[in-house]
Amino acid sequence: MTLLIEFSYLIAACLFIVGLKYLGLPATARKGNALSALGMLIAIVVTLLDRQVINYTMILAAVGVGSFFGVASAKWIRMTAMPQMVGLQNGFGGAASALVSIAELIRFMTTAETLPLDASSIALLGLLIGGVTFTGSLVAFGKLQGWIQGAPITFRFQQMVNALLVLCFLMGSGYFIFSHSSFPLFLLLIFISFLFGVLFVIPIGGADMPVVISFLNSFSGMAAAVTGFLVLNHALIVSGALVGASGLILTQIMCKAMNRSLTNVLFGAFGGVGGKAVTAQTEFDQTVRTIDAEEAATVLAYAKSVIIVPGYGMAAAQAQHAVQSLVQELEEKGVQVKFAIHPVAGRMPGHMNVLLAEADVPYTQLMDMEDINPEFDKTDVSLVIGANDVVNPAARHDSASPIYGMPILDVDKSKLTIVIKRSMSAGFSGIDNELFYKPNTRMLFGSARDVVLKLVGEIQQL
Amino acid sequence: MEIYIPSLFIFVLAMFAGFELITKVPPTLHTPLMSGANAISGISIIGALLVSGPKETNFSVILGLIAVVFATINVVGGFSVTDRMLQMFKKKKEPK
Repeated sequence: MTLLIEFSYLIAACLFIVGLKYLGLPATARKGNALSALGMLIAIVVTLLDRQVINYTMILAAVGVGSFFGVASAKWIRMTAMPQMVGLQNGFGGAASALVSIAELIRFMTTAETLPLDASSIALLGLLIGGVTFTGSLVAFGKLQGWIQGAPITFRFQQMVNALLVLCFLMGSGYFIFSHSSFPLFLLLIFISFLFGVLFVIPIGGADMPVVISFLNSFSGMAAAVTGFLVLNHALIVSGALVGASGLILTQIMCKAMNRSLTNVLFGAFGGVGGKAVTAQTEFDQTVRTIDAEEAATVLAYAKSVIIVPGYGMAAAQAQHAVQSLVQELEEKGVQVKFAIHPVAGRMPGHMNVLLAEADVPYTQLMDMEDINPEFDKTDVSLVIGANDVVNPAARHDSASPIYGMPILDVDKSKLTIVIKRSMSAGFSGIDNELFYKPNTRMLFGSARDVVLKLVGEIQQL
Repeated sequence: MEIYIPSLFIFVLAMFAGFELITKVPPTLHTPLMSGANAISGISIIGALLVSGPKETNFSVILGLIAVVFATINVVGGFSVTDRMLQMFKKKKEPK
């Protein structure tokens, strides 16, 4: 029986690896996800066959409750809220790992005379990582949902307090193991791990949430892996390591896309939300040229090629479907339309692609930054909808700009750029955008959805 | 301590496998990838099941059961929402 269980875990681990591999190609991604789910099902079923596990009624009830909330949340969540969903899910995974560690520690405390050094250390590590993932994810969720202010929350000696907390946790853990289970100290350790998660995420600004979500994703994997060491289960270790690695890679990609180091994101307290525009150091002509919907429609309809640059502003205004009708109208007029997607467009890695996919834009029409940038100087019109910092040319040349060095979409190289924007206010980073004052830029003011629908109407009449 | 060495090997090698697998994923799929990976991290449900296994109801078992609820939300919610997203990815417009 044990052999069967172990073999099944091996199969499950293989299914996770193959599933992740398939998840890497749009054509096979859905199958990949199904394979991973199958792996998980196998792992869960054989665990129930384990002879230690006899508490069936209670367990099935717990699984039932969890499944209900899982299915309900997956069904009702809006695609714009995906980052919150993933954030919350990270938190649940972390919480589960932390709880397993706590339960194991309690079992040691009640059954053993002395705490086993190695298993207790692992459990305490699991508690720390799991606890941080849990509360950190809840804070990230709150920030994304708008329940907690998005701007960095900072106070004096913040880094020192955090360092001190970790030190306390380590020393407390040492004392806890050697003093053989002091219960108040145990509670204090749990409290510290939760508190550290909160303090870790509150100083990080709303604009950096994609990095934080990826990082916590990695953490939730690590927490699962530590749990695997604790219960000595290799399926857990393999899966935890896979998720840990994937989260780290996405974190790295996000940091690169913003030209920031991970340390800078985590400890830099960067950017305010909706703050006043800071004028850049370099002087430039501050004339704004506007365009109305009618003229913009004509320009678009008679262009040969158009590149649309969507930003989170588009999604926030729920303009995806309107944009898709605009694309259809333009294609009927023989215009070649492509989308340029910046890696940090949206609120998490790849978020914009999902939002456009939901509006029936085929993924073959969505171009990544490296592929589309050489095409801008051959393009007639770039249409920027609700994007700001990712199209700011200052990132290329103005070393005084806070976003200097960040890779951007070179929309200013196209013959004409039309920017649909609510007002002249600054983007997430709180800095002014010189693109808006360029001689070949036209500003089209209004809410993204209304403006795009107006454009569709005008083009239909042409 | 020695009993953990084989596990450590497996952990490190799996990390390498993970890096290799994920590096090649195109940006289009990053959100589904993250939510799919997230669902896999709900594997801690196995730890939770083992902890909540005993028949007698003590504090450990109760915590284990709560962990089962959390992990199940993670697993079921994660895989279903990933599937819902991937379902929307289409190559070409379907004829109307």
